[in-house]
Amino acid sequence: MKQFLAFVKKEFFHIWRDKRTLFILLGMPITQIIIFGFALTNEVKNTKMAILDFSKDASSSQLIQKMSISKYFDPTTVLLNYQEVEPLFKKGKVKMVLVIPQHFANDLQHGNQAHVQLICDGSDPNVANTLSTYATAIIKDFQNTLVKEQKLPYRIETDIRMMYNPELKGAYSFVPGVMALILMLTSAMMTSIAIVKEKEMGTMEIILVSPLKPFGVVIAKAVPYMLLSMVNVATILLLSVFVLDVPIRGSLLLLLSEGLLFTITSLALGLLISSITDSQQVAMLISLLGLFLPTTVFSGYMFPIENMPLPLQIISNIVPAKWFYFIVKTIMIKGLGFSYIWKETLILVGMTVVLFGISIKKFKTRLS
Amino acid sequence: MLKEKVIIAERLTKSFGDFIAVDHISFEVEKGEIFGFLGANGAGKTTAMRMLCGLSTPSSGKAFVAGFDLFQEAEKIKKNIGYMSQKFSLYEDLTIRENIQFYGGIYGLSKKQIQDKASYLVEHLHLQHFQNNLVKSLPLGWKQKLAFSVAIVHDPAIVFLDEPTGGVDPVTRREFWELIYDASERGITIFVTTHYMDEAEYCNRVSIMVDGRIEALDTPKELKKTYDSASMDEVFLKLARKAVRGE
Repeated sequence: MKQFLAFVKKEFFHIWRDKRTLFILLGMPITQIIIFGFALTNEVKNTKMAILDFSKDASSSQLIQKMSISKYFDPTTVLLNYQEVEPLFKKGKVKMVLVIPQHFANDLQHGNQAHVQLICDGSDPNVANTLSTYATAIIKDFQNTLVKEQKLPYRIETDIRMMYNPELKGAYSFVPGVMALILMLTSAMMTSIAIVKEKEMGTMEIILVSPLKPFGVVIAKAVPYMLLSMVNVATILLLSVFVLDVPIRGSLLLLLSEGLLFTITSLALGLLISSITDSQQVAMLISLLGLFLPTTVFSGYMFPIENMPLPLQIISNIVPAKWFYFIVKTIMIKGLGFSYIWKETLILVGMTVVLFGISIKKFKTRLS
Repeated sequence: MLKEKVIIAERLTKSFGDFIAVDHISFEVEKGEIFGFLGANGAGKTTAMRMLCGLSTPSSGKAFVAGFDLFQEAEKIKKNIGYMSQKFSLYEDLTIRENIQFYGGIYGLSKKQIQDKASYLVEHLHLQHFQNNLVKSLPLGWKQKLAFSVAIVHDPAIVFLDEPTGGVDPVTRREFWELIYDASERGITIFVTTHYMDEAEYCNRVSIMVDGRIEALDTPKELKKTYDSASMDEVFLKLARKAVRGE
C-alpha cells in the first residue's frame, strides 16, 4: 500500500509542477461555463428592424407599438417604399423588415382579415428563424388582443420572406463558418507545428547558421500550407455548391482573394504561436484552445454575436474569423461586392501586419 | 611562414545578466588546423561556439571568422562556415540524396554542383545501396558521417562541430575522425568541441575552458609536458578540478 501511495504522491507533484496544464485543467470548466452560458444564447434582444407602413392608421400604429415595446425588437428605421428594403439588408443595418400593406385597419374592420409581411435576412438562417418566430408570435398576440377586445374573429396572416435564403437552409451559415475553421486549422495550427518541429528536432540551428534569412525559412514553411489551404477552400466551395446547394452569388475571384487573405492571417497567427513555444504539443494545445475554440464561438456562425453580452462582443472583434465569416457570407450568400466589405478586409489586413510584426520581433530577440 | 588566420577572437564575452558565461576569451585558429575546444559542461564552450557561428550575439569583444567581422559582416560569415550539431542535423524522413539536395540548395550550390557532390559523397561513404533510403533507417555511425559530409557540402572555410561523436563506439569514432583529417587536408579548418579526451589527441591544438575562461591553449604534446601528464585526460582533470562552476 505504501508503495502505491508513494507513486500517487509523485503523480500529484507532476501535475502541480506543470502549471500550464494545471491552469488549463482547472480554468477550462470555468471559462467554458461562462462563455457558453452567455454566448450560447440563441435568444434575440433589441434586434434592429425597419418598418414599412403603407397604412399609417390606428391599427398599424398599434401593431408597431407592440413591436417596439417588446424587448426583442428595436424598430430603428422607417421606410417609405419597397425599393429601400434591399439596400438596407445589403448594408446589414437591419435583420428584419415589417411590411404593413395599405388599408390595414380597414381590412381588419370590414374583412376581419389582414396580411402583414415579414422580410428577414436569411443569410443567417438561425437568427432569421428565431426572429420570424418571435415576430409572428407578437403579431398573433396582437391579433388575440383585438379578438378579446372587439369580440370579432380577427385574423392576421403573416407572410414570411427570407432574403437571400428563401428555403432557410442552415448550410448558408454553416459553410462560411466551416471555411473559417478549416483555414484556421490548416494554416495556423499546421504551420506552427511545422516550425516548432524544426526546433524540437534540432535542425533549426543548422538553418540559422546557413545563409538563408530567418524570414525566408518562415515563408518556406508557410508556402506548402498556404497551397493546401487554398485546395481546401476549393474543396469546400465545390462541395457546398454541388452537394449542399449553397450558391456563390458574388464574385468567385473576390471570394478566393479574401480566402487567400485569411489564410495569410492564419499563417501569421501560426507564426506567432511557434515563436512562443518550443514544443509541438504546446503548439497544438494553444492552437486548439486559442484558435479553434474562439473561432467556433466568436465567429458568429453558431451563436449570433449581437446577442452576446457586451464584453464578449468586444472580444469577438479580435477574432479574425469573425471578420472573415462576415466577408464570406456577404460575398457568397448576399452576392455583394468589395464596396460592402472593404472595412472588414482592411481589418484583416491590419491584423495580419500586426501579427507578422510581433512574430518577427520575437524571432529576432530569440537569436540574441 | 605566416599562416592565414581563419578565426580571431579578441576578448569575446557573453553574459546573461550577472552571469558571465564566456569571460573575455582571446585566441586564434589557423587555416587547415584541427582545433579542439575542450571544457567541462557549463564551462562555456557551447556558448562560445554559438557566438562564432552567428547563433548568438556577443555581449562585448571582437571576432573575425573566415576573414569577416562577426558584428558587421555576419551574412558573409554564414556562407563560409558549416555546422554540425549534437543532434546530427539530418532530416530523418528525407532520403540521403534529398538531405544533400536540401543543404546544397540552401548554400546556393548549382544543380550540377549538388549532383556531383551527392555522387561523390555517396561513393566516398559507401552508401550506394542506401542513397534512396530514408535517413532514419541508417545506423547511428553512418548518420554521423553523413551529417559531417553534408555540413561541408559547400566546401566552407571552417566547419564547427558541436560534440559530433556522442553515443558511438570507438571504432566508428575513429572512422569519423578519418573524415575530419580528409577535410583538414583539403584546407578546411575544423573547430570541434568534445568530451572525449582521446579525440583531443587527434587535434593540432587544443584549448581548455574553465569557468568561462581559456585556462590552457597549446598542442596536446606541449600541454602534457606543461602539466606533467601522460595523457590529455590527466591534463584535463588537473585543470577542470580547479573549476568553481559545476554542470
